[in-house]
Amino acid sequence: MSIWEYANPKKFMQTSSWALPWVSGLAVVLLAVGLVWGFFFTPEDYKQGSTVKIIYLHVPSAMMAVSAWFMMLAGSLIWLIRRHHVSALAAKAAAPVGLTFTVIGLVTGAIWGQPMWGTWWAWDPRLTSFLILGLFYLGYIALWAAVEDADTAADLTSVLCIVGSVFAFLSRYAVLFWNQGLHQGASLSVDSEQHVSDIYAFPLWTCIAGFVVLFVTLVLLRTRTEIRSRRIRALMARERAGA
Amino acid sequence: MMPDLGKYAGTVLTAYGAAIALLVVLVAVTLWQGARTKRQLAEIEGRLAKGD
Amino acid sequence: MIALLQRDLRLALRAGGGFGLGLAFFLMVAVLVPLGVGPEGALLSRIAPGILWVGALLACLLSLDRMFALDFEDGALDLMAVSPLPLEGVVAMKALAHWLVTGLPLVVIAPVLGVLLSLPSGGYVWLLASLMLGSPALSLIGGFGAALTVGLKRGGLILSLIVLPMYVPTLIFGAEAVRRGAVGAEAMVPLLLLAAISLGSAAILPFAAAAALRANLK
Repeated sequence: MSIWEYANPKKFMQTSSWALPWVSGLAVVLLAVGLVWGFFFTPEDYKQGSTVKIIYLHVPSAMMAVSAWFMMLAGSLIWLIRRHHVSALAAKAAAPVGLTFTVIGLVTGAIWGQPMWGTWWAWDPRLTSFLILGLFYLGYIALWAAVEDADTAADLTSVLCIVGSVFAFLSRYAVLFWNQGLHQGASLSVDSEQHVSDIYAFPLWTCIAGFVVLFVTLVLLRTRTEIRSRRIRALMARERAGA
Repeated sequence: MMPDLGKYAGTVLTAYGAAIALLVVLVAVTLWQGARTKRQLAEIEGRLAKGD
Repeated sequence: MIALLQRDLRLALRAGGGFGLGLAFFLMVAVLVPLGVGPEGALLSRIAPGILWVGALLACLLSLDRMFALDFEDGALDLMAVSPLPLEGVVAMKALAHWLVTGLPLVVIAPVLGVLLSLPSGGYVWLLASLMLGSPALSLIGGFGAALTVGLKRGGLILSLIVLPMYVPTLIFGAEAVRRGAVGAEAMVPLLLLAAISLGSAAILPFAAAAALRANLK
């Protein structure tokens, strides 16, 4: 029994159909608990007032927006090295989810920034590099949509994902060089002295777990859709050839 | 029931509203595409099975 | 490889090869921006480094889709793929040709446009140096983008969507070097980082672009 068994589309479909009710249920429970806890039962911050509650959406979606790209990178590498279709399709499936999380991170950040920083948008390094990440997602999705042959599309997007990762990483540090920012440091970290207090951290961790499981759920669902539409195309081609 | 959000009520509610709306759209699109592909696949497989 | 380079240069310089198109575009940008933001010298000299770099970047983008498209259509690219010359070398030569035809003229004309935008006198050396060091990266990154999108019908649009985000580090370091140079600040660091990007791109991107071409030619 190795992990590569799931590279078989049939095996993947079986396992994912068994896992989906559990994963999606867990996502709903975690998100409901985390958000309700954060929204209704945490105190106001002495400086930020009630806007501190936005953290429960902003931080998890921003974290997952970056993680989603790493997952796509892993999927792309597996496709290029081992030619497993499911892995390429999972990377394709993750991209719109990552893009949506990026947009959520930007939108919630802008809404929070308006009263707190006095501006919707600032060319702060974190904000800027996040916007650039969004552009990389757009290019990746556009390339998938534009290439007709499925395997060529998988090859090209995988190469783009790998090279794009390098340049996204470079941009992150180039932007730091360009402007020191307004944005506060990491909200959560194991060793730093300055981070959010426990009363905010526990619901926040719940929300992060919720977003992770939500991401897994959505990627599973979308990968299943991709596998099915791949099969539809194959069957239609066979039908045309037979007729 | 509703917590007192103070003077930032509008900000917090807009942020939650926008984020949850985006998530709902994403989930809805995912489910809708999934259902549509599943239906199409069933239809085409049914057609091929009959033809055999 | 030299023969390939000569052939590409001849094709580009021939009428209809698109030579000069990028230059004209670069000139237009430098003329239109003052018309848009007003003739105030102080403002122009502040934004000149950014305008010149963004202009150079867009002018470079303009001719990218031609890099492989013509050879792809008439089958010459298939021949190159099966020739003893490695595809990586082909890509590197194509990028070099693109740079000689597009990037180098931009570098030469940039100081003239700097005058139009009242770039402070301290900035010219840095403008030349930064474009000289940075524009190869633009051609190389662009070559990678062109290799990815060569088989597509509406490749040009997707090409810019893919290439522009990757231009971000080059743009930042390039414009930053000129800006710092123009006000007399330390500008060596962004310049060296810019050179690092160009060298890194030259080392890695031909391989990535060749992989993309192989996938497209399959």
